[in-house]
Amino acid sequence: MAVRVQTADFDAGAEIARLRAGDARIGAVASFIGVVRDVNDGDAVSELTLEHYPGMTEKALEKIVAEARSRWDIYDALVIHRVGTLKPTDQIVLVITTSAHRGEAFKACEFLMDYLKTGAPFWKREQTPGGSRWVDARESDDAAARRWS
Amino acid sequence: MKPGESQAAVVRILYFARLREALGRAEEELVLPEGVRDVGSLLAFLRERGGAWADELASGRAVRAAVNQDMSDATAAIRAGDEVAFFPPVTGG
Repeated sequence: MAVRVQTADFDAGAEIARLRAGDARIGAVASFIGVVRDVNDGDAVSELTLEHYPGMTEKALEKIVAEARSRWDIYDALVIHRVGTLKPTDQIVLVITTSAHRGEAFKACEFLMDYLKTGAPFWKREQTPGGSRWVDARESDDAAARRWS
Repeated sequence: MKPGESQAAVVRILYFARLREALGRAEEELVLPEGVRDVGSLLAFLRERGGAWADELASGRAVRAAVNQDMSDATAAIRAGDEVAFFPPVTGG
């Protein structure tokens, strides 16, 4: 399964081991882990809650993975995204790509993250000393996604 | 549904995140009004409800849409039985 949306935490080492198990063609594994910070826009953040659109989320992520596969010569890719309530230092998202050489693995991994940020239906709500608020989308994320088009 | 049986042109509309809260609902079923054929005209119809609907869905606001779980723009067609969703720009990752 290339895409998982779950409340549970993940073990990046175990996922990498599983993704490349027994595949001697693989010469490169790239991975990215997104983590909850304790600050955003100058305010302390004590908690983050991720809402999503069940059904569409999986479909959108599958599409993004398929797009990455069509653009780069990768053997496999995995995306795990957590939903629900998370705390600072918790892991949010994991992307892993495998390839013969590092260039394709790095690029596909970065592309997956950039496209996920703007194309997968997740929304963050954060708890700050001033109350709870929805996180605004960033123009820099749109710009990052546009680089690939 | 059997052939020949009549079917009202109903669409399911979902709202997420800030929009769900501001509009006070997560979903609804709507009999497609006359003249509503795409995302843009559906938005215009919903705005006519006034209040939070007019404010939140105003043309200057960043509202994204999906039709049958695919990101869609204002020109995307809407047909009976479709699932349409409205939500703010996404903030995952």
